[in-house]
Order: sequence, then structure tokens, then C-alpha cells
Amino acid sequence: MSQDAKGGDVGRRDFLRGAGLATMATMATRFTGASPRAVERFLATRFTELSPDEVEAILADLERDYSRRFGKEVSVSATPPMDDVFFGYGLDISRCIGCRRCVYACVKENNQSRDPQIHWIRVLEMEKEKGIDLAESSPYYDPEQVPEEDFFYLPVACQQCRNAPCTRVCPVKATWQEKDGIVVIDYDWCIGCRCCMSACPYGARHFNWAEPELPAVAVNPDTHILGNRPRMKGVVEKCTFCIQRVRNGRYPACSEICPVGARKFGNLLDEESEIRYLMREKRVFVLKEELATKPKFYYFYAT
Amino acid sequence: MDPDHRDVLPQSSSLIILLILFAGIGLLTIFSIVKGGAEIEWHEGGGLKAFAPEDFPEIEWNDPSIDQLDAAGLEGSNEAFKVAPPPFSEDIFPCTECHAEMEPDVERRVLEDMHDDIVLDHGPKERWCFDCHNVDDRDRLRLANGTLIGFDESYRLCGQCHGTIFRDWRQGIHGRRVGYWNGPKRYLLCANCHNPHAPKFRPIKPLPPPVRPEFLAGR
Ligand code: SF4
Repeated sequence: MSQDAKGGDVGRRDFLRGAGLATMATMATRFTGASPRAVERFLATRFTELSPDEVEAILADLERDYSRRFGKEVSVSATPPMDDVFFGYGLDISRCIGCRRCVYACVKENNQSRDPQIHWIRVLEMEKEKGIDLAESSPYYDPEQVPEEDFFYLPVACQQCRNAPCTRVCPVKATWQEKDGIVVIDYDWCIGCRCCMSACPYGARHFNWAEPELPAVAVNPDTHILGNRPRMKGVVEKCTFCIQRVRNGRYPACSEICPVGARKFGNLLDEESEIRYLMREKRVFVLKEELATKPKFYYFYAT
Repeated sequence: MDPDHRDVLPQSSSLIILLILFAGIGLLTIFSIVKGGAEIEWHEGGGLKAFAPEDFPEIEWNDPSIDQLDAAGLEGSNEAFKVAPPPFSEDIFPCTECHAEMEPDVERRVLEDMHDDIVLDHGPKERWCFDCHNVDDRDRLRLANGTLIGFDESYRLCGQCHGTIFRDWRQGIHGRRVGYWNGPKRYLLCANCHNPHAPKFRPIKPLPPPVRPEFLAGR
């Protein structure tokens, strides 16, 4: 429990381990020094079943915890999906140069652990001669300059499947697909069993094996409860299309940093959107189509 | 005593000395690799060390043009986008500052006193300044049909030849956007990314690879 005092964010599992169900609330308050609200949070139902008032209380509670811990104001929102919006992403493989700007912009925006390192985007290098061959690809390429003559690059993150195997295998239903298509994780409900990681055919889910290291100066204070809020040891995380940005109309961080403009994002239900235009006009494919996961992440060739 | 037996001892002792030597060299090599020698093999410790965005302060992680976009208050207006200003070299514009006083020299030549840093590498060899720059008013560019346009509209000039890319750019498929997927966006001019005199993209240094699982640290 010493870690709780330091982190200010008590893990549900730590807690369950230490207390019997009947006296959980009082004991937790006494032993951890956490506010009664924080305790309620662990005992509450899962995020989807909370009342609006309960959500408000939890957000305020989290904000207080984080702001104290990082010594600066951190906001936590629960912005809901917009009506008539279903998100899709497009990535132009004919332009990507494999520079990994997107990888690190994602880490910065989404408060990933710096050490042990967690990257939600992995850029795979492939030989032009062999074409798309995941087995032969490597994320560890490190030449002086990119792109290299005989190679092309395929960045991979969560493919935001319509038919997502990860959400189906979760034994506690801590991960699900929202109305706008974003697959999210309730970190407070995740038990860290990692079933979803083995179910994901894209290696898109990542586990916090240790207490995440996130320096206070590096924290992005604009967070969403189901997205980039600071995580704890023992939970799974992954790309959420930058839920904290896109639900406010912004582009995801990876698409704004890409120096060659290879990354496109928008509403699949809007025929005039950039994403629909490229699906109409360009050669498009999805990864591992044969698995019928139906990704909303489309790779395309603009040229 | 067997005379040959004498030789056995010196032979085996030299063998032992050799063995010790080899073991020593081997150990030293391993030691130097563990001590950081490996970083020579993976440049900048790629795959060994956990780099973070904070290690690259030279990169602008949050594009400041979002603030300008918000300040412009385009929300709900018909003006769906703003184009970034042309990337002029310092103190170069307006061109007429110098050129107004000068007699135009339309001779094709190697430029010497001014603009000698410009190396034309854009399409056919016959390409020349006045294919795009206007002779009489240097503050403007000139389309093939004679229309004069400002540098802030240079995409119209590029679009004359690169029609399909121009179309993709207008649709938001070619080039980088900053802003709102459902609202105002900041577009970039072709010249913000491509040097118009030599438009091919230059290769850049990649950010470091992820840490290999065997080197993942943590508490
Ligand atoms: S930032 Fe763009 S070009 Fe660089 S690796 Fe990512 S997608 Fe490719």
C-alpha cells in the first residue's frame, strides 16, 4: 500500500487483495488514506453503468489525484461520442518515410510510460522486393537517414476493428467499442489478465508491467478518462485515435506531426470527409483482412 | 626414461598459456560490449535505450498554428481553411525592393551576385526563372495563361502541371493538415514542404527504434 500513498491512485486489485468485501470501504479509507470518493470508485460498477453524477464525482477525484501527484493542473474529461460520427483512419504507404515522428508524438500526447518504454505505434520496415510481409518486417531499423532506397514503411497501431476480438475475450468486459467506433479500456476495471493482448492479431495492446514512469514536466494535462489519463501498473493500454482530441474535433496527434502528411482522419459517415474521399479514389486495403476483424484503419496508395 | 616424454611438458604448458590468453581476450571483449561498446554497433544505442519525446526538444510536438486557427474564429464560417504563409528567406520579400530599380535581364545564365544559392532541379533542363516568376512585377508569380498571382496562392502555379496532386491537396489527401477534422484547418503551401527550385523530398534522420524486449527496464 505504500505505492498507493505515493501514486495517489490506488489499484483495484491491490485493494481487493487486502480487504474482505464486507468492510472494504472503511478499511480502505483507514489503510490507504484515500478519499472516500476514491474508494467508492473501486467499489462502483464499471464505467458504462455509472450515473452522470457518479462520473462527475470520479472525474473530480481523478483530477485532484493527478494534480497533486504532478504538481500542475490536470484535467480529466469524459466527453461522449458525437452523434452521426464513426471514426476512420487512412495511412498513405506511398508517402510514409519511416521517420517515427508519429511514434514519439503519440507518446507525448497520450502520457505513455517513458521507462519501461511503451509505444502505441510501431513502424515496420519492409523490403520493396518482398512486398507486405509482416513476418519478415522489422521495427528496429536505424539507418542514418530514411527512407532507404529498397525499403518501405508500414506504421501499425490499434486497427480499431468493428469486429474486435480483444473486446470479446475480456473476462470482465473492461474494454468495448464506443458508439463512434473507438475501442476503449476502463483502466479501473481492467484486471490485467492480458487475454486481449493475445487475442489482438496486430500486437496493438501493451501492458504496464511496472509502475509507469511519467515525469511531471512531460505530462499532457488534457486527458480523457478512457484514453490518455496517466495509467497504473498492471493495466493494458492502446491507441484510442486520441479520444481526448478527436471528440473535440481535433485531428489525432500522429496525423498532425507527420512531415509528409501520410496520415488522414475523419468521419466515415460523412461522404465529403477526407477519409471517404481516399476510400473512393485510391487503392485501399486493411491488415489481415482474412481474419474478418474489419478494421477502421485503412492503408492506401495515393500514387 | 623415454626421451619423447620430456617434450610433453613444455608442449602442454604452452597450450595452457595460449588458452589463458584466449580466455582473457574473450572476457575483455565481452566486458567492453557490456560496458557500452555495443552502442557503437547500434548507433545512438538504438534498441537498447529508452528514448522519450523530451529527448528531442528541437521537434515542435504541438503545432502552434492551432492557436492562430482558434484565434481566427473560423468556426462555422465558409472559410474552411487558412494556408500557411510562404516560406520566404529572411528579408527577401518584397522582391521589388531591389528589382524595381533594376533593368530586367532575361538572359539565361548562371546567377552570380544574388540568388546564387538556388540550384534548379525541377523538371526539364530548360526550366528558367521566368517560367514562374513575373518579369515586370517581381512580387508576383505568373501562370502559363498570363494571370498574375501572389506567393500566397502559389499552389495554383504548381497545380498547372501537378493536376492530380493539386486535386488531392484540395481534398486534404496530399499534405499535412493541422486543426479540426470537422472544422477549420491550416493547410500548407506546396512550398512549405517542397523547395520549389528542387522539390524532391530530402531524406531525414529517423527517431530511435523502440527498446528491444530484452532491454526493457522498469521498477
Ligand atoms: S511520421 Fe509519417 S512519415 Fe514518419 S513514420 Fe509516421 S507516418 Fe511515416
